[in-house]
Amino acid sequence: MLQRLITSREALLLGAIAVLLALIATRFPGFIVPSNLADVFNDTSPLILLAIGQMIVILTKCIDLSVAANLALTGMVVAMLNLAFPGLPVALIVVVAVTLGAVMGMFNGILVWKLDIPPIVVTLGTMTIFRGIIFLISDGKWVNSHEMSAAFKAFPRAEFLGLPMLSWTAILAVIVFTVVMSRTTLGRAAYAVGGNPHAATYTGIDVGRTQFWAFTISGALAGLTGYLWVSRYAVAYVDIAGGFELDVVAACVIGGISIAGGIGSVGGALLGALFLGVIKNALPVINISPFWQLAISGAAIIIAVAVNARASQTKGRIILKSAEHAT
Amino acid sequence: MLQMTQTESRPDVTPVLALDGITKTFPGVKALDGVSLRLYPGQVTALIGENGAGKSTVVKTLTGIYQPDGGDILVDGKATRFPTAQDAAVAGITAIHQETVLFDELSVAENIFLGHAPRTRFGLIDWAAMARRSTEILRGIGAEIDPTHKLRDLGIANKHLVAIARALSIDARVVIMDEPTAALSHKEIQELYELVEKLKAQGKAILFISHKFDEIFRIADRYTVFRDGQFIGDGKIADVSEADLVKMMVGRDVSQIFPSRSSNPGAEVLRVEGMNHPTEFADIGFSLNRGEILGFYGLVGAGRSEFMQALFGITKASSGRVTIDGTPAEIRSPADAVDAGIVYVPEDRGKQGAITPLPIFQNVTLPSLGRTSHKGFLRLAEEFQLAREYTERLDLRAASLDTAVGTLSGGNQQKVVIAKWLATQPKVIILDEPTKGIDIGSKAAVHEFMAELAAEGLAVIMVSSEIPEVLGMSDRVIVMREGRMVAELAGDNLTPETLVRHAAGI
Repeated sequence: MLQRLITSREALLLGAIAVLLALIATRFPGFIVPSNLADVFNDTSPLILLAIGQMIVILTKCIDLSVAANLALTGMVVAMLNLAFPGLPVALIVVVAVTLGAVMGMFNGILVWKLDIPPIVVTLGTMTIFRGIIFLISDGKWVNSHEMSAAFKAFPRAEFLGLPMLSWTAILAVIVFTVVMSRTTLGRAAYAVGGNPHAATYTGIDVGRTQFWAFTISGALAGLTGYLWVSRYAVAYVDIAGGFELDVVAACVIGGISIAGGIGSVGGALLGALFLGVIKNALPVINISPFWQLAISGAAIIIAVAVNARASQTKGRIILKSAEHAT
Repeated sequence: MLQMTQTESRPDVTPVLALDGITKTFPGVKALDGVSLRLYPGQVTALIGENGAGKSTVVKTLTGIYQPDGGDILVDGKATRFPTAQDAAVAGITAIHQETVLFDELSVAENIFLGHAPRTRFGLIDWAAMARRSTEILRGIGAEIDPTHKLRDLGIANKHLVAIARALSIDARVVIMDEPTAALSHKEIQELYELVEKLKAQGKAILFISHKFDEIFRIADRYTVFRDGQFIGDGKIADVSEADLVKMMVGRDVSQIFPSRSSNPGAEVLRVEGMNHPTEFADIGFSLNRGEILGFYGLVGAGRSEFMQALFGITKASSGRVTIDGTPAEIRSPADAVDAGIVYVPEDRGKQGAITPLPIFQNVTLPSLGRTSHKGFLRLAEEFQLAREYTERLDLRAASLDTAVGTLSGGNQQKVVIAKWLATQPKVIILDEPTKGIDIGSKAAVHEFMAELAAEGLAVIMVSSEIPEVLGMSDRVIVMREGRMVAELAGDNLTPETLVRHAAGI
């Protein structure tokens, strides 16, 4: 049991993050003071939220490339809603954002479930559609800070026990989805569907419906993040979070979530996102050019996949009785 | 068994290819036990035998995929060896399999010449020559196929023709056809016969493997019979009757020992009436009682598994009624079937059985989560208890129920799959080829267990293609042929001969 804990992907990744932080500390000790680490966590929170949703989707053998576009569209809609009705309470705005995001996720899910279109094609399409809709409803115009109500902008920054609400949202999502994935029938179904869709079907699990709910969750989290993003940066425009979906997928891959489905955890997604977050925040302070940042992020992805591939290499058929459990 | 062996005066021609006393042993099984086989130029030899007789092992030995443990392979009378599949191909031996091993995304011409394409003087592929020769070969076998078409666009019959064209393109002397008609329509079969005649006329030696007696008597010149990995006899088709062949195939003794069970079926639990499917089966109806084992026998492709999948809700039947314990059941999905008390242990347990990344307990409880969860939330303690109960019952030994199923041996993975289904407390369990591909010791354990289940009052449907198993285990047997029930056999009517006759349509 102990050995399994030590060799688990999560522990390995946690170790990698610790080593990374130690290396950064040798160049710039200020990076690892608690207040700065809290800033890094807050900065990484949107990535964590999206990575959790993406992880569930990938677990079911799918992929959601539309998350960043979903985030941007929801962000624009709530920003315009705030512009039109400045008095709308933030709680209602959050509900609208989550609902709108979930509906977009459901749209992806329906196409995958009922029309059997490959998820990568569906979400590549909806990604473009969502961005197009932002342009249509905004006419390409920005919603700027001065057009947003104070309450709208205040929520993600409001502090509770020393941490901003943005961070608390990410922490809450980690807790909720850890429970969902390990303690609910939906979570179990997601693992089963990704682990062996044929067997899951024979067990009475509806593969398409499980994938539909995975997309819905991913969409809802993207919608929620849309509001948080727009209110935190106090601006909404067509291209916000452009290309962010790739960071999200990268966080999942680094976090040990198998692209083939069936293997992964919320903890992995969290650590994968934090790993990327630390790199993104640390490299500028230790004076590494942004071009290197991209190369380093890319290298991290490939290394993570290589490590995971080695770890999960199939050892062939186990024929010898004595070899069972010895592996 | 030896007294059955027939030998007849050999023709004066040297066989192109002969096997002499070939032995091949796999762990726990003697697949071939000193078998002989002779293939003559311009003649079709039918290889006949039940499932497990050793036919596919012979094909693999002839094509260099398996190495024999003993005995000789003779080409033109000279002993030789085929260390690799390439060596067999060079010797002019080619096999056309049931499932053609071709490439869907490549053109017909590329499929024919893959690996030995004509080259230009610069070493590049000579596309013009390839197209020309493909057309020639295809025309030679009377196939109207455009060599530039992608293979994907062809029907199954034409794919077979491409496979044959490929065989001819390497100038094969021996063509092995492994159940070539299994997937063909009546008209396509006639065309195949004509093609075989053409190949004969060209002097090729043909090994024709088939379960269908009408085909064998229509096309073959000679026969060879195997049973349980042993050579039983050979000779000219003209000298034997169907009855002789059936007798040679099934023999008289059943070598395996089956658990003795006193069959006393209880009340009816399952009734199926008028089940139809647009393409796969028609008019299936039967009833099944508690404690009964009902065998489903038939040739591969007779529609047994297809019917079971519809009964289990994987595919949709176009009409039909299912009644369980007297109440009509609407089965539209596997979940409905499990709820109604029907479970299905599929034939391909690797692909359709266990979910290997998940731990043992999660595999076992997967179809029973309705009972071990409350409002969508799992109760892990109950799950563990359920999993422990059923894995212990199956005597599954694992370090911990938390172990991923993928790390278990095949036999233990199978126990996990069976435990999973028993944990749902089913009324009817469908076992599709329950002992396919497992060694004799494990087979006996599975049979023992099946008898136990029936004794406890479970109704068992066993789909099996192995005659000894069907005879040894079933209370009653339904024989299917070409998607229809052709016979229901029990008691004195249930003999190897009747099974084979009904299944083959003699």
